[in-house]
Amino acid sequence: MDTEPQSPPLPERDPTRSFQDMILTLHDFWAANGCVILQPYDMRMGAGTFHTATTLRALGPEPWNAAFVQPCRRPTDGRYGENPNRLQHYYQYQVILKPSPSDIQELYLKSLAAIGVDPLKHDIRFVEDDWESPTLGAWGLGWEVWCDGMEVTQFTYFQQMGGFDCKPVAGELTYGLERLAMYIQGVDSVYDLAFNQHGVSYGDVFLENEKQMSKWNFEVADTDALFDLFTKAEAECQNALAHDVPIAAYEQAVEASHIFNLLQARGVISVQERASYMGRVRDLARGSCEKYAEIKAPEWAEKYPEWSLV
Amino acid sequence: MADFLLELRCEEIPARMQKGARAELEKLLRREMDAAGAPIKDMAVWSTPRRLALIARDLPLATEAVREEAKGPPASAPDQAVDGFCRKNGVTRDQLEVREIKGRETYFAVIEKPGQAVADLLAAAIPAIVRDFSWPKSMRWGAASISSESTKWVRPLSGIVALLDGEVVPCVTDGLASGRVTKGHRFHSTGEIMIDGADDYAAKLRDAFVIVDHEERAGIVRDGARKAASDAGLVLVEDEGLVAENAGLTEWPVPLLGRFEDDFLDVPPETIQLTARVNQKYFVCEDSEGKLANAFICTANIAAADPAVVVDGNRKVLAARLADARFFWELDQKKKLEQHAKGLERITFHEKLGTVADKVDRVAKLARWLCEEGVVKGDPDLAEQAARLCKADLVTEMVGEFPELQGLMGGYYAAKEGLPTEVSDAIRDHYKPVGQGDDVPTAPVTVAVSLADKLDTLVGFFQIDEKPTGSKDPFALRRAALGILALILDNEIRASMRTLITAAAHEGGSADAGRPVATFLIERLKVQQRDAGIRHDMLDAVFALETDGDTVGVVLQTKALQDFLETENGTNLLAGYKRASNILKKEKWEAPENLSGKDVSYTAQKAEQALIDALADAAPKAAAAVSEERFEDAMAALATLRGPIDAFFEDVTVNDDAEEKREARLNLLARFTGAVGNVANFSRIEG
Repeated sequence: MDTEPQSPPLPERDPTRSFQDMILTLHDFWAANGCVILQPYDMRMGAGTFHTATTLRALGPEPWNAAFVQPCRRPTDGRYGENPNRLQHYYQYQVILKPSPSDIQELYLKSLAAIGVDPLKHDIRFVEDDWESPTLGAWGLGWEVWCDGMEVTQFTYFQQMGGFDCKPVAGELTYGLERLAMYIQGVDSVYDLAFNQHGVSYGDVFLENEKQMSKWNFEVADTDALFDLFTKAEAECQNALAHDVPIAAYEQAVEASHIFNLLQARGVISVQERASYMGRVRDLARGSCEKYAEIKAPEWAEKYPEWSLV
Repeated sequence: MADFLLELRCEEIPARMQKGARAELEKLLRREMDAAGAPIKDMAVWSTPRRLALIARDLPLATEAVREEAKGPPASAPDQAVDGFCRKNGVTRDQLEVREIKGRETYFAVIEKPGQAVADLLAAAIPAIVRDFSWPKSMRWGAASISSESTKWVRPLSGIVALLDGEVVPCVTDGLASGRVTKGHRFHSTGEIMIDGADDYAAKLRDAFVIVDHEERAGIVRDGARKAASDAGLVLVEDEGLVAENAGLTEWPVPLLGRFEDDFLDVPPETIQLTARVNQKYFVCEDSEGKLANAFICTANIAAADPAVVVDGNRKVLAARLADARFFWELDQKKKLEQHAKGLERITFHEKLGTVADKVDRVAKLARWLCEEGVVKGDPDLAEQAARLCKADLVTEMVGEFPELQGLMGGYYAAKEGLPTEVSDAIRDHYKPVGQGDDVPTAPVTVAVSLADKLDTLVGFFQIDEKPTGSKDPFALRRAALGILALILDNEIRASMRTLITAAAHEGGSADAGRPVATFLIERLKVQQRDAGIRHDMLDAVFALETDGDTVGVVLQTKALQDFLETENGTNLLAGYKRASNILKKEKWEAPENLSGKDVSYTAQKAEQALIDALADAAPKAAAAVSEERFEDAMAALATLRGPIDAFFEDVTVNDDAEEKREARLNLLARFTGAVGNVANFSRIEG
């Protein structure tokens, strides 16, 4: 007797009891609101803002709506898995909406409701917090969003990127996924988060990773090799710029930025040198953004006659 | 008469900007309406995080018609002149009237300005206000921002209500049309609210959980926080800054009290208070004995379904922050301050003045010197020890997190290490006085370190030519100078500016900085003493003597001088002095040196002899009193000259025909001005 192989019915999502359901719910929400759902950028980076879907797409006149999870690496924040809310690797949920829609705050609040935050039970507040990244030649105005006193999201209207005025302005939402989940699930340690509805915890997935990576970041990584990598990334960035492939150049800037962070964690960059390294990364990142804008500008100007780069 | 309501609604305005925004809104509307000839008398301006609102009362519905006349050139004037006159007054030549003025045909322009509807004036004013509004930081947004020229506002502008006498004042700003629709509280209200006019605005918003009057919200925060504290048997630590900030963060403020774990009270209370206030905008409370309690008060923006849920969320956030603070507190104590201080070698103080460790070394030597020389009566060893450790907390984790705690944390860590109290107190207080009105240290070791630190900064920056200019004072040298003066005056430190500046000079630095530093200090002293009622010209008069007087002496002498000059004797003596020196100047009289007080060779007139006698008595008395710092006695001695000098000018002719008499009398006046001038340079005194 033959039976059709049947897949089990899809379970209901429960963002209040599963980290991955929370992410999937946000995907559903933003997909329904016109965003392309991207996968993480496949490079080590310190923040979702470094994703080309944010930085490079913030340039130019074309509309762009995207949402994605970006793993973030902050080597100096590693605590060997011993601190309940500090990690050297964690997730941000990024939404970029360009131009910023007039109901962007309402959309954001609806997304919170979708993952189980009721604004009549919890005190949601928009508290001034402006954003600036000298590395990217970028700044914006906005808020940190508080939920009962805890910062759960960074909300920014980009005003400049790569030294250029954002025309039009993009709205960027960066949810701190772990802290939001800790809040919604009511746990005091990130490692106690339920990752799914089948008994797997965040600690099961990441605790060993935090221990080993903290040790590598702080104690093991070969600093000579890192210095070498930094120099090579810098050179490759220049090479890519010279050949008019600014996206490739930008990737090398991202790489150099992360190598610099690792060198910092290894404690081998003095205070005096620090500024100089930051300056070098900034030049790479800005150079890449400028080149990208420069190459794309004629095409943009053709499509949008009222638009100009500067 | 009509009332005008304006509401500019936008996304959350930073709390710190709302006060300035209210003033700006009032200023710009007044500017526009004054220019339009319809000035506003009575105006109330309000703010919430999501709106700026104003109500102007008793506006006319129209301005009155105005008829103006302007007199022009004579009818016979060249065309050019007549055309110019027409252009200036906005009329054509055939509109000019000709009238006879003093027998001459003269052109007149008569301009009739009809009355204007105030609604039209307001409709023009609103876009101008939005366009010209100055925010500390502003931004572009939305689809319109594809152009750099799009409207700027603090955050996206989302609605305009403009009603005059209940009627919409129609205008459009950046695609946003004015109307009578607003919105209530973000969570407690849904849909649109129709406003009839100025009179129902606040009430309708209140029904929608928005208290539009910021003062009223501040009152709710203040009273609610007090009540929450007293209900818990505690006393609120008052903080008006927090009151205003929380009122600026809420449309419907609800203060709520929560508790945190007792264990956290082990860390210094200032740390808890700062974490609570700066990071979380919470109030803290004290128990009946004035000790910090394990309670915080947050201000929610909702009437929560279950306030305990909101409180518990806030408690968790605060607990995480306090756990961090405790972690820093414990981690910092694993090293002694002496070890922390090594870290200062890696921090640049200023590229031309070396590292912070270099500065500490200079300050330590100077503090020791101040004590060894007896300038400050402190123990040289303790002063040096305190100075060597005073900046060590800058590299601790706690100060890294909370820079405001510099000094204070060093003091705590020093005490924990068991260092002498003089040392830990000096570390804690050596930044003081920070501003006018701040406590001025009096403990000798603290005074030595504080004075040495500020002198090193002031003299050092002058030596590399980094002086304050205009409003720019990046290294806070004015504050350092005022601190130095306060320390000197409050502690009666008897050392001349020259001595102190010389001692503080950096080795190998510019040698020419001494005089500019002294001048700068004297200028600061004038500013500082002005608040104490001492006139700058009086200080000049005393400083002009260029004695090696110390600051304390100068101020005492100036005070005595000013008190004296406010008496009738003083005023008249000053007049006598000025008259005498004017005569001497006019006669270009150069008195011989070593003028003696001996009698004249002719029979002196009575008034002349009286002045000679008075001078013989008063001059040495005044000089002696000044050198012994009995300044009141010096003034009393001068006062005895007032009668004689007045009588002298009354009765005696200076420019006598007999050259012998003229010469003797001019010499007498020179002796008089000399004696008075020994006490202060009276020519510097105004009036």
